[in-house]
Amino acid sequence: MSYSKPKFKEGYENFINGKFVAPIGGQYFDNTSPIDNSLIAKYPRSQKEDVDSAVVAANAAKEAWGNTSAAERAGMLNKVADLIEANLEEFALVETCDNGKPIRETLNADIPLSIDHWRYFAAVIRAEEGSATELDANTLSMNIKEPLGVVAQIIPWNFPLLMLSWKMPPALAAGNCVILKPAEQTPSTATLLLEKIAEIFPPGVINIIHGFGPEAGKPLASHSGVDKVAFTGETTTGQLIMQYASKNLNPVTMELGGKSPNIFFNSVMDEDDAFLDKAIEGAVLFAFNQGEVCTCPSRLLVQEDIYDAFMERVVARTKAIVQKNPYDVNTMVGAQASNDQYEKILSYINIGKEEGAKVLTGGEACKLDGEFSNGFYVQPTILEGHNKMRVFQEEIFGPVLSVTKFKDEAEALEIANDTLYGLGAGVWTRDAHQLYQIPRAIKAGRVWVNCYHAYPAHAPFGGYKKSGFGRETHLMMMNHYRQTKNMLISYDKNKLGFF
Amino acid sequence: MEYKRVAITDKAIKILNQLKEKHGELIFHQSGGCCDGSAPMIFEEGDMYLDDSDILLGKLEGVNYYMNQDQFEYWKHTHLTVDATEGRGSSFSLEIPFGVRFIIHSRLLTDEENSHFNK
Repeated sequence: MSYSKPKFKEGYENFINGKFVAPIGGQYFDNTSPIDNSLIAKYPRSQKEDVDSAVVAANAAKEAWGNTSAAERAGMLNKVADLIEANLEEFALVETCDNGKPIRETLNADIPLSIDHWRYFAAVIRAEEGSATELDANTLSMNIKEPLGVVAQIIPWNFPLLMLSWKMPPALAAGNCVILKPAEQTPSTATLLLEKIAEIFPPGVINIIHGFGPEAGKPLASHSGVDKVAFTGETTTGQLIMQYASKNLNPVTMELGGKSPNIFFNSVMDEDDAFLDKAIEGAVLFAFNQGEVCTCPSRLLVQEDIYDAFMERVVARTKAIVQKNPYDVNTMVGAQASNDQYEKILSYINIGKEEGAKVLTGGEACKLDGEFSNGFYVQPTILEGHNKMRVFQEEIFGPVLSVTKFKDEAEALEIANDTLYGLGAGVWTRDAHQLYQIPRAIKAGRVWVNCYHAYPAHAPFGGYKKSGFGRETHLMMMNHYRQTKNMLISYDKNKLGFF
Repeated sequence: MEYKRVAITDKAIKILNQLKEKHGELIFHQSGGCCDGSAPMIFEEGDMYLDDSDILLGKLEGVNYYMNQDQFEYWKHTHLTVDATEGRGSSFSLEIPFGVRFIIHSRLLTDEENSHFNK
């Protein structure tokens, strides 16, 4: 079964103070589909004054919104989930068109997961409680959670609706107003969402600003009228946003990518069974979402005594990947999100070859026919080399796997931790001791054990080292969007006696 | 002979000159990490806080090119050429509104270059 490109309007607007509004300067940019490089629609090229008007709207709304009951807010979050669910196929198709990822991913992963994150945070605020401690017979310490006020969120283009759904629900659930800037490559599902849910929230509670990083993102991240900035992206922008936040003494959370090791110990090949089949798939998950995942398992570490046999199966499974029309439900790998990504990935494959990495499969662009010949496709690629090569150290953000072998546990850990980043890791073994001890010794925020690329709500996600800080997709994210009001209450009728 | 770690293509120089005209003094900073990472970014001088941990790789048309020293450790055996390509990054890099992105092409340093820089 195959879908085709969805219909779009000629142009779209920002969403500020409960309404779709044109950018004040009247400028727009063309958003294109990486599937065939065709025009999708025009989107606002917002400037500082558009950000200012969203900040005014959000600040005007924050007091009333912060005083709504948890039951009211949870009800609204659940309505959003229901509306996405009722239009799941439409969201999936628009996402595939805008980002280039295959339709089977958006239908089965991006959109269903997005729905669940809205429901999860609706549930969290109904179940959680503050705390109170009797410090002595006459003194009570009571902790009340209060919203920060206005939260700025800047999200990337690799999972447009899902990243929105990681960030927006906890901020809203905590009682904040939100100003979100989608990535300029993928503004479509955020806009579609607001078309569906505009009536649910009071004006000013949710605001969406489109545009370019230097023109709209920077004024938003540095604005003195916001109380917190949450960012997913790369390290240089992360540093800049922290710098701007420091001027306002604002808290930030950062998710800045990784170079995640995926480690296979020899026991995975003790049997030729369902688990080995799962493990082979686990190694090939580097190609999931065209490798455009912060936790892409892009460094494959295989124990030397199974290396040849294991890699033979990994290469065969990689060669079996179906890469064609992303609207076809059988397609496994689609288009890279933009031309500059495509160029960057090919340039990395080249430096890998130059550094002496051996190409086990792929290694080139993927040329598709007809309308897709203008799209940005890269063959799933496996490079064999060593961990000091740049293709082992830099996030390529493409379907490129760098593989090397290790002798024992100590060497596996040494290679795994020899990276600037610490977002994700995978450990595969049938050995019960390794199952616990190896993940504990890896410096990363999420270690998948005998699985990979699962992102359920209620399991915290975030980085160590240069991968950032803060934990999303879990109730602990709520505290990144809140203050603690401590009320210290005395029931003692007697004075201190000092004065 | 003069050795250089970084170079720039004519296409990238054209964009660089347009940006200088619009913004004045500029710097390049090499990013790492997710999404638009692993790409050169260009900012107005003074916008980004730089210190001893940022290595100056060279000057391109009068614009300093920096990289964080942790990242430099993994890059120091390679020569970088800044080029430009059509596209749309989503960072704060100043060329993005032009519909182009700076991009890095890399090659290994030659033996002579390597012994000059990394002896």
